Amino acid sequence: MTEIGTIYGVILALLFAVAAGLVGSFALMKRMILAGDVISHIALPGLGLAFLLHFNPLLGGAATLFLGTLLIWKLQKETGLATEVATGVVFAGSLAIGAALTPKEDLIEALFGKFAQLSTGAFLIGVVAVVLIIYFVLHFKSALVLNLFSPDLAAATGVKLDRLNLLFLLVFSLTVLVGLRFFGAMLAGALIMIPAATGRRLAHDLSHFLVASSLASVLAVGLGFILKAYVFRSLDLGPTIVIVSAALFGLSLARSAA
Amino acid sequence: MGDKILSVRGLGIKFGSRSVIRNLSFDVCAGDNLAIIGPNGAGKTVLLKALLNFLSYEGEIRWAPNARIGYVPQKIAADRQMPVCVGDLLAAKAHVLKLSSARIGAVTSLVDLNPEILNTSIGTISGGQFQKALIAFALLGEPNVLLFDEPTASLDELAEERIYDLLERLQREQQLTILLVSHDLSIVYRAATKVLCVSKDLVCFGPPREVLTPSALEAMYSAPAKYYQHRRDIYDVSSNRKQHD
Repeated sequence: MTEIGTIYGVILALLFAVAAGLVGSFALMKRMILAGDVISHIALPGLGLAFLLHFNPLLGGAATLFLGTLLIWKLQKETGLATEVATGVVFAGSLAIGAALTPKEDLIEALFGKFAQLSTGAFLIGVVAVVLIIYFVLHFKSALVLNLFSPDLAAATGVKLDRLNLLFLLVFSLTVLVGLRFFGAMLAGALIMIPAATGRRLAHDLSHFLVASSLASVLAVGLGFILKAYVFRSLDLGPTIVIVSAALFGLSLARSAA
Repeated sequence: MGDKILSVRGLGIKFGSRSVIRNLSFDVCAGDNLAIIGPNGAGKTVLLKALLNFLSYEGEIRWAPNARIGYVPQKIAADRQMPVCVGDLLAAKAHVLKLSSARIGAVTSLVDLNPEILNTSIGTISGGQFQKALIAFALLGEPNVLLFDEPTASLDELAEERIYDLLERLQREQQLTILLVSHDLSIVYRAATKVLCVSKDLVCFGPPREVLTPSALEAMYSAPAKYYQHRRDIYDVSSNRKQHD
């Protein structure tokens, strides 16, 4: 346990918060905000296998998460099923397999995460992943908005919809994956979901929405760390951050009503 | 008459085993205002989507190399409550097409859209303003052909009249070719230089006053009566026919 490992953890968590706010904003507009919660469960079989066979849980989570994402994309493309239907089928199966595979003593960590200090390598990999996510959202922001508004108009403008939808799902899953470290399979989708809902309450145009969601997310993580360190020391970090995030959403309701 | 900008030969479109359009051939010249009419389910929207290359088809659709197409769809499936302003949409298209943001101001004034609308959420503007915003959206990228799929379907008569006035003015000032799906025969008579009647097969094609004869209209709308359940009422589509006769 080193001081620098803790600092790495805090920095990565704050960067992840920005990425989750941005991805969550588009997920909210795509009406797949619950998918974050659901997709994170798809990582559970991989986490379970990793705990069982003693290899890095994030590698296991990543493997099943990306396989699951590809399966969802393929299902909706080939069968015409809505994203939520395809996701629901894959999610339920994954959760059951994951619960069966994960050793009982590791189940709580798999489900709710754990704040661990990071090695330089893990930190750098995390930063690269988060930068990729933020770059994708900012670079493809226009194409994503057009696709949300009207797939026909987006296609007529030259947007390659199949590629964009697949990339978004992969980036979405990558966001969940980075979140798994801090929040576990149950709560990894929370920072994709709640800050975007807060941002939606506060903003009426795209730029303000993206900024408000990201800020709400960063604020939740920052306050979560402070509360965990100085006030509620016995609480786990992940649930603390999610509770703060939900409280910020509550405040956004009060502000809108005022 | 201008040069040929679109040539369609032997066009056939099927959904599974169901044939929606069969063996359709027609030409459109630059500057034409082509109205596409036909009964519900005749394949008018499908035809536009095929022209935009959104669907697979049999036969040949050949656009002139200089054709730049703008499109205004019949329906926008988007959640109008999205936190997106009209200006966000126009900026998004300008960004994808790598156009300067000055073009947004230009198309906004072309369609007489109040600049304040740019900062207004798409969920709070009126149907007429929304339609104008869609036309401004289609005009970004300086198209010389505009495809409209029932641009006034959800508007009241006054707003509808304004949109058609706008389209006529745009066509005049921008030398546009327009392909317009419409249900409104009075608009077709007033604005269209050519009319294409579709009802699976081509029923008529040519200047409206020459081809929209009572027998052509009868042939187009004389599909056997079908009954649709709507809430608790039952409508006979043949009664709709009278509106077009």
